[in-house]
Amino acid sequence: MSSKETLCQKFKEKAELVSAFVTEIDSEDAALKYVIELCDKKEACQLLASGCEADLSDDAGALCDAKQTKVIAAPGLNKEIYKKLAAKAKKSGFDCIDSGMRDHLAGIDIGFTYAEYGIADTGTLMLDCPGEEMRLATMISEYHVCVLPKSKIRANTYAVEKMMLTRMKKTPDYLAFITGASRTADIERVLALGVHGPLELHILLLEDN
Amino acid sequence: MQKANDLKEYREELRESLDNDFLRTTLDNFAVAYRAGRANAFKGMDVRGLIDDIAASKDEAGRNSEALFQEFKENAEAAGVHVHFAKDGDEANAIITRIAKDAGCRKIVKSKSMTAEETLLNHDLEDAGLEVTETDLGEWIIQLRHEGPSHMVMPAIHLSRFQVGDLFTKVTGSKQDAEIEKLVKVARRELRQKYVEADMGISGANFAVAETGGIGLVTNEGNARLVTTLPRVHVALMGIDKLVPKLHDALRILKALPRNATGQQITSYVTWITGANECLAAEDGKKEIHFVVLDNGRSELLKDPLFSQVNRCVRCGACANVCPVYRLVGGHKMGHIYIGAIGLILTYFFHGKDKAKNLVQNCINCEACKDVCAGGIDLPRLIKEIHARIQDEDGHPLPSFLLAKVLKNRKLFHTLLRAAKWGQKPMAEKDGFIRHLPMIFSKEHSFRALPTIAETPFRDWWKENRPEVKKPKYRVALFSGCVQDFVYPEQMQAAVDVFAANGVAMEFPMDQSCCGLPVQMMGETKASRDVAAQNLRAFEPNAYDYIITLCASCAAHLKHNYPKLVMDKPALKLKADAFAAKVMDYSTFVNDVLKVEKDAFRETGEKATYHAPCHLCRGLDVHDAPRRLIEKGGMAYVECAEEEVCCGFGGTFSMKFPELSAELLNKKLNNVEETGAQTLLTDCPGCIMQLRGGLKARGSKVKVKHVAEILSANRK
Repeated sequence: MSSKETLCQKFKEKAELVSAFVTEIDSEDAALKYVIELCDKKEACQLLASGCEADLSDDAGALCDAKQTKVIAAPGLNKEIYKKLAAKAKKSGFDCIDSGMRDHLAGIDIGFTYAEYGIADTGTLMLDCPGEEMRLATMISEYHVCVLPKSKIRANTYAVEKMMLTRMKKTPDYLAFITGASRTADIERVLALGVHGPLELHILLLEDN
Repeated sequence: MQKANDLKEYREELRESLDNDFLRTTLDNFAVAYRAGRANAFKGMDVRGLIDDIAASKDEAGRNSEALFQEFKENAEAAGVHVHFAKDGDEANAIITRIAKDAGCRKIVKSKSMTAEETLLNHDLEDAGLEVTETDLGEWIIQLRHEGPSHMVMPAIHLSRFQVGDLFTKVTGSKQDAEIEKLVKVARRELRQKYVEADMGISGANFAVAETGGIGLVTNEGNARLVTTLPRVHVALMGIDKLVPKLHDALRILKALPRNATGQQITSYVTWITGANECLAAEDGKKEIHFVVLDNGRSELLKDPLFSQVNRCVRCGACANVCPVYRLVGGHKMGHIYIGAIGLILTYFFHGKDKAKNLVQNCINCEACKDVCAGGIDLPRLIKEIHARIQDEDGHPLPSFLLAKVLKNRKLFHTLLRAAKWGQKPMAEKDGFIRHLPMIFSKEHSFRALPTIAETPFRDWWKENRPEVKKPKYRVALFSGCVQDFVYPEQMQAAVDVFAANGVAMEFPMDQSCCGLPVQMMGETKASRDVAAQNLRAFEPNAYDYIITLCASCAAHLKHNYPKLVMDKPALKLKADAFAAKVMDYSTFVNDVLKVEKDAFRETGEKATYHAPCHLCRGLDVHDAPRRLIEKGGMAYVECAEEEVCCGFGGTFSMKFPELSAELLNKKLNNVEETGAQTLLTDCPGCIMQLRGGLKARGSKVKVKHVAEILSANRK
């Protein structure tokens, strides 16, 4: 195996250990297809997975009622890909947005992003998101789908240190390591996914030779 | 939080925790799962090397904390962040309250911050009319219950799903099931509403990176990202201990922190914030960010030659995860705000002597915390030192004062021991145990039988029976410790037998006395130094190849503490270094130096299990030698569950906290009996006293012996 394949393998293995869904894809079109299909498969009541069936206080319940259609948020994509995604979403009856995340704080169905780097030894995605829309898309979505080009996988955090510093020095900066879905073990140490952030993390490993 | 006024009240609190079956079960399951999880997370890594590097980098950061703060401040301000310095908790709270008022904030969402717990920030904010909501699930739960955290990383570990279910029923006004998955979702949606309304977010910081002026936040739930994104004002409160020079230092700590805290290779989210980021809720589209850097006694700590190492703490909570005492009584009884071993220390420095005085006595000195610490802090030593400082300030309790007096005078001590032999006569039974506990023991001590003083102490036997070894291969001095000298001389005699047969010439310096660990444990530093000096004078280290002791506790104390205890006396320090270098435990000497072979012993094939004394496995890092000797000595070794966990003796600890000692012993003996072995072997007379006494009280048939005894018995 080439060193790139080894890193890729390691990344996949580690990401899956923390319950991320990893899929290898060979084109960006495949990524768009994945997002639309995933959104389609989701329950009709978009927030079901996050507890719609539970009784809530009136305020929290009202926030949930504000949401009517399925929403895909994809801020930060290049224009061409975004246009393609928006067209596909429209065809399937979903809203597609790249801004205005604050109007959807009850939750969006899918946040779709590209990672800057992948860190193999922990299965971590590195996303630089000084823009608020991008940050929120990866936080308030129920599913976060992230494309990681295989060429961007590095062995460990020390290997991305220089890149991090470059970004941090061009302030302001808001950089995130994301590893698996949001999780907690605060009640009786039992693992539960999706406490504040996404319930699922889908990583699409893009072949980019 | 710690409320007890005296040791008696404190023991009552401990009793209550011991009776909490839910807490006990949760902590037990966690302790076992944590060890496996941690080992797995660190697999293939050079953990020691990583810890050493973290310690060195944090020590350096501590030495330069003022310059680092200046660099951090300049870089942060250049990036549009307001930086404040607070000398104590009140000042930090006042600064944060003022920021909220000036910016016209009313509602605050917080992500977890131990530093804010330390300053009791929420109280001050609420007093100022602000609404504060904790968003970390565990923190939210304890906030709703008006409690403090019971663990650094899992603040609500003391609560059951049913308690949380009832709590959430109250909060939402609708009946909630006690199903964890559902409860988490309820919290998700209730708290989402809080983020929407908040105009200020408060976080802590795991790293304050001087070279960038930015902070790093380590979370699993992701609440820190929402808290630092949605509201238009962000305040991060952090101690000066979070300052590191470079991003690299932070990345290095990040390798250890989650692995040590929860056995995760990394947390779900690590968030790096540098500069005033975009915020679409702010008028100018930029977030108003404040970093509040707290001293609260930390810079004083940094000046202290011994306690400066506290700065290495990365707040992973691992010291609580492995503490056998914490495992019994839970967080609220092992710390005021900060819990576990580090909690006992920080309580003294951040919250004062009165909060710490009972807590610091509750360390059994098993060194499990020191072994696991991500910063390599010598936690047990610091705890003992604080105990000693408090006693020096408040006066010494009578028992510890008396013991100190007695141990300083070897002749008096030995005379008393000899007198005790006669005093015990009416209570002594033929089987070597005392029939009824003497009056000074309360009934809580009846969980174990106590041994009688031996008919003839080892020192008297030695005078008559010392073997003559011609053409010796090694010359060693024997250090017996008081228990083997006066209670279990047969263990020493067994060692002498095997040594003589293997060409070892021996000396037993008659002026030796107790090693001094008991007085050190009781916080009697002066007596501990005097006893060390006394023993150092009794030995001439250059005359021997090794100084051998069969007591793991004595060995670790002689080796690691003697040079420190006489540090201020240069001549004695030289001697102590030479002395310490030659100290070796029995099993290592026989297995690694004498290299005894299997064919020198009769093969009985009898099943034997092992208890690893704390001061052998962790104190001296000896693991393999005794187990090899059990096999070589003709027995079949069967591993016992939690073999390297403390038996609950802890010397004077078991006198002070008999209920805790009994519980630790109980666990140990259950594990021993489960192996089905009829013999339990170990390398420490203190452990033997505890284990044998406990088995006797249970009416068990399992025999407890020192490894030396089976080697002598099975020698061909």
